[in-house]
Amino acid sequence: MLVHSRGGRWATWTVFFALFLPVFALPLLVIVAASFATNWSGAFPSGFTTGHYGAATTGDSLQALTTSLVTALTASVLALIVGAWAALAAAALKKGGRRFMDALFVLPVAVPSVVVGLAVLVAFSKPPVLLNGTRWIVILAHTVLVMAFAYQSVSAAILRLDPMYEQAAASLGARPLLVLWRVKLPLLLPSLTAAAGLCFALSMGELSATMMLYPPDWTPLPVQIFAITDRGSLFTGAAVAVVLMGTTLLVLLGVSRIRTRASFR
Amino acid sequence: MSRRGSTALAGDPAAGAVSTGSAPGAADPPIGTARRQLPTAAWALPPVLILAAVFLYPLALVVQQSFSPDSGGTSLQPYTDVFASTAFREALGTTVWLAVGATAGCLVLGFLLALVVAFVPFPGGKAVAKFIDVFLSFPSFLITLALLFVYGTVGMANGVWTDVTGAHSGPFQFLTTPWGVLLAEITYFTPFVMRPLLAAFSQLDTAQLEVASSLGARPARIVRRVILPEALPALAAGGSLVLVMCLNEFGIVLFTGAKGVTTLPMLVYSKAILESDYPAACVVAVVNIAISVGLYGLYRVVSRRVGA
Repeated sequence: MLVHSRGGRWATWTVFFALFLPVFALPLLVIVAASFATNWSGAFPSGFTTGHYGAATTGDSLQALTTSLVTALTASVLALIVGAWAALAAAALKKGGRRFMDALFVLPVAVPSVVVGLAVLVAFSKPPVLLNGTRWIVILAHTVLVMAFAYQSVSAAILRLDPMYEQAAASLGARPLLVLWRVKLPLLLPSLTAAAGLCFALSMGELSATMMLYPPDWTPLPVQIFAITDRGSLFTGAAVAVVLMGTTLLVLLGVSRIRTRASFR
Repeated sequence: MSRRGSTALAGDPAAGAVSTGSAPGAADPPIGTARRQLPTAAWALPPVLILAAVFLYPLALVVQQSFSPDSGGTSLQPYTDVFASTAFREALGTTVWLAVGATAGCLVLGFLLALVVAFVPFPGGKAVAKFIDVFLSFPSFLITLALLFVYGTVGMANGVWTDVTGAHSGPFQFLTTPWGVLLAEITYFTPFVMRPLLAAFSQLDTAQLEVASSLGARPARIVRRVILPEALPALAAGGSLVLVMCLNEFGIVLFTGAKGVTTLPMLVYSKAILESDYPAACVVAVVNIAISVGLYGLYRVVSRRVGA
């Protein structure tokens, strides 16, 4: 408790909410409000309608939603497998090797995602692997981008893992693979699902690399939102944005339920 | 295992990055390491090979392409061309001042807000922390989209202004200028500063505050002499992370749709996709990589050094 007087506390809270609400809550509320409006030229939106959601859940936008879901799901699963594998392998290495793996696998975070997009575009537009114009180039770029986050969350969780469990299992004669499968992975399950949720959310909102790569028949939601708002249909864009936020939240909620159930075990 | 207390932040990029390097020696080498030396290293090989194929090899090609002008051969021609162009210099300047300005704004705002959440607790403070988590999982361009409705030419603020004053148009026309980008970046990236700060504050022994306060220190002095020194590592770590993210921000700038605001990532996009000038795009990309990887390396060193 930093401020002890009652008045001082209320003053602090007032300042806090005067900063917090307009800066953080307002943008999200405004998007939701705009998605139900036909017109916004005063303090409040006017012309209540649900028509934008009709446009946002049919045709191109519906296809963009399924595109985004498939991309995010595939990229998260791939990134989680590679990232978790790398994190587990790195944890078994000596200090130098672990540092090397850490540096290597966080590199995609440090490189701008537009540049990741450019690099993937340059590399896979020519033989031996020709992916340009297919959906796989988008999925590949998303996998690269979220792999670093999967690696970081899993390796942070491994550091917190109590080594007693695996040592006990090993001293009872369990082979390393059995220890991994029956002891380490179950203990890591909550962090793995958390990492999966994080990867999914990041991939759902990925715009930078996708703008460099997307083929006409594989347009994820963020690109669709950009295309719609660029045409000037701000209100439909807001509705599609609400669909994007809602889907992300639903998946995160589902993932956090898995997590709580796993941590009861 | 004192580290056990910091489990709360397992799932986010900032905290993951912060805690990765912070605990040397936590995973003791398993018994019999010497016997399995070769196999352990071999296990690390498949993911490294995959990363090399899908990420390092493409990056190497970008560097190679940046030395290969359209006229053929290998030369520094693309570099001299790009460095000589005003578009590149302006983009570099805009990128740097926007990133530095946004980082400063995020640090100030994030520090103030985290201070209140942590030390002047109020009912619903947990909900605020949850809300920040949710906020982090949304893409950045949504902020610009929202600002269009708030400060856009026909948005909320201008609507109120024209209603009240009867003027033909409102005074808020800054969205398509760098200031609009700055506002959006501060809004979006402040939570990235608040996360590590809140984690650091939760480890601070509140008895110190009580002692300082009972000895007669005013809140401002407690913040300056007790809390700020404790928060410096988290501020440094969060600030450098946000600096890198601002340098690389693309969605906010793209959605602003301002012709006058060109940052380095925007320049990469327009050179490659709109102008199909790949050597130039690769040159800008190499510069962008150098700046941001350099800063990110600094961030890793700082956050490891201070153990944040």
